[in-house]
Amino acid sequence: MTEPFSPPSANLDDRWRYNFGFLDENTKRMLRRALLKAVAVPGYQVPFGSREMPLPYGWGTGGIQLTAAVIGHEDVLKVIDQGADDTTNAVNIRRFFARVAGVATTTVTRDATLIQTRHRIPETPLAEGQIMVFQVPEPEPLRTLEASEVETRKLHAHQEYGLMHVKLYEDIARYGHIATSYDYPVMVNRRYLASPSPIPKFDNPKLHRSPALMLFGAGREKRLYAIPPYTEVESLAFEDHPFEAQHWSQACALCGSSDSYLDEIIADDAGVRQFVCSDTDHCRQQREAAQ
Amino acid sequence: MTPILSVQGLRKDYGNGQGCFDIDFELFAGEVLCIVGESGSGKSTLLATLAGKLAADDGSVVFRDKNERAHELTRLAEAERRRLARSEWGYVTQHARDGLRMNVSAGANVSERLMALGERHYGRLRAAAADWLEKVEIGADRLDDKPCAFSGGMQQRLQIARNLVTRPRLVFMDEPTGGLDVSVQARFLDLTRRLVHDNRIAVIMVTHDLGVARLLAQRTLVMQGGRVVEAGLTDQILDDPQHPYTQLLVSSILQA
Repeated sequence: MTEPFSPPSANLDDRWRYNFGFLDENTKRMLRRALLKAVAVPGYQVPFGSREMPLPYGWGTGGIQLTAAVIGHEDVLKVIDQGADDTTNAVNIRRFFARVAGVATTTVTRDATLIQTRHRIPETPLAEGQIMVFQVPEPEPLRTLEASEVETRKLHAHQEYGLMHVKLYEDIARYGHIATSYDYPVMVNRRYLASPSPIPKFDNPKLHRSPALMLFGAGREKRLYAIPPYTEVESLAFEDHPFEAQHWSQACALCGSSDSYLDEIIADDAGVRQFVCSDTDHCRQQREAAQ
Repeated sequence: MTPILSVQGLRKDYGNGQGCFDIDFELFAGEVLCIVGESGSGKSTLLATLAGKLAADDGSVVFRDKNERAHELTRLAEAERRRLARSEWGYVTQHARDGLRMNVSAGANVSERLMALGERHYGRLRAAAADWLEKVEIGADRLDDKPCAFSGGMQQRLQIARNLVTRPRLVFMDEPTGGLDVSVQARFLDLTRRLVHDNRIAVIMVTHDLGVARLLAQRTLVMQGGRVVEAGLTDQILDDPQHPYTQLLVSSILQA
């Protein structure tokens, strides 16, 4: 509910505060209506009135607005940037919500009820009741091939998705395999083509029939969409070039995990390289379990 | 024999006297029809209206598909029209840039329509694309080159391949030889004639050049001021033009 607006006064305890979750209640209502529609039509891009947020477009304004619209007093928030909890963007967004909503925050995937993310889905399997919020730079998977928004909307409406395979065809013609490695297009609920946001295609299988609710927000493009729990999500491919996630020949240099998504890190000035888990929470848990 | 396209009283009025008015004609399977006329005579408007790119103001256009099902194009729902456009029709534009995807390879351009119809086997797509490039006299070694690396004539031939790959029943062509020099034009027309004949594809081609009509078309419509002033067999129109405007057109090409 709306907390009453208190005018500034000399009393320090009575200082002016932001509304719970930063956004005003009318904006949150607008967002929730759009989100309900998005959940009702999985994968469909719902337009919404994107607000000015206290960070620039491209830094996760879409994700922040969705988080602000769904967050409640009981929620426990986790924020990931490139899989890590300790990067600038993740730390700032987590602190932002701790301040404007006063909610508990965590870095442990299992403890979180709401996870805002950029680039990754956690390695720890998600559970029922958890909500993932994705920051999306370009919600339209067909945009690189079709510049017109009028036309791409028609393509979605008539379910004319041959164009997306043109891109995959080009990949194979040029590289011998489907070289698209992130933002790999998916078909949601056998109906709408959607961008899974720039997660690596390694994470695409985690979208399929996930027990968690997936919400996607693109602030600059003013679009949001959703994948409800247990929805069928298929990564596009050719019959003779099936979908394949990335594989690594080595295990994580820190925790020894062999089934997680690895980042290549330059370790010193001599150019020594190592591969470590991109999911810092997963890596820490693996190391603690080993001790 | 039933025509695949029958047009009756078709009108597209831009409101300032421009457009096309009272158009009647029929087109049969495998037939090439040329629409000739000067710039501004309404021939491109007519073509765009027939292809559903512009909404007609009046009249009827009935198209019969491969299964002999009749569709009234002026009242067709957009979804159905788009389905026909990608399965039964082709559209070759004057400027290759409008008809091709310039930022993807020739192979992708040719196989796009197959993918739109649901083909999901890369090997088969590539084989079909290579086959059609050969058919339009572009070497299969150019399969992975982008159309911007092609000459004007090759780009037009690529457009032909891209449209004919799904073996449509009817292809619309809007001055496809407009930007080509004479020898390249001749090669393009020769190839087009052979391919539409072999595949029994009907063509409606807009041109301002009676010479093109003479080479390709069995029948010709002559347009002026938005109306058809003369229609008939191409040879008949060339040998015995009736309308003063047609006489002018014919005399100008014969002298050239």
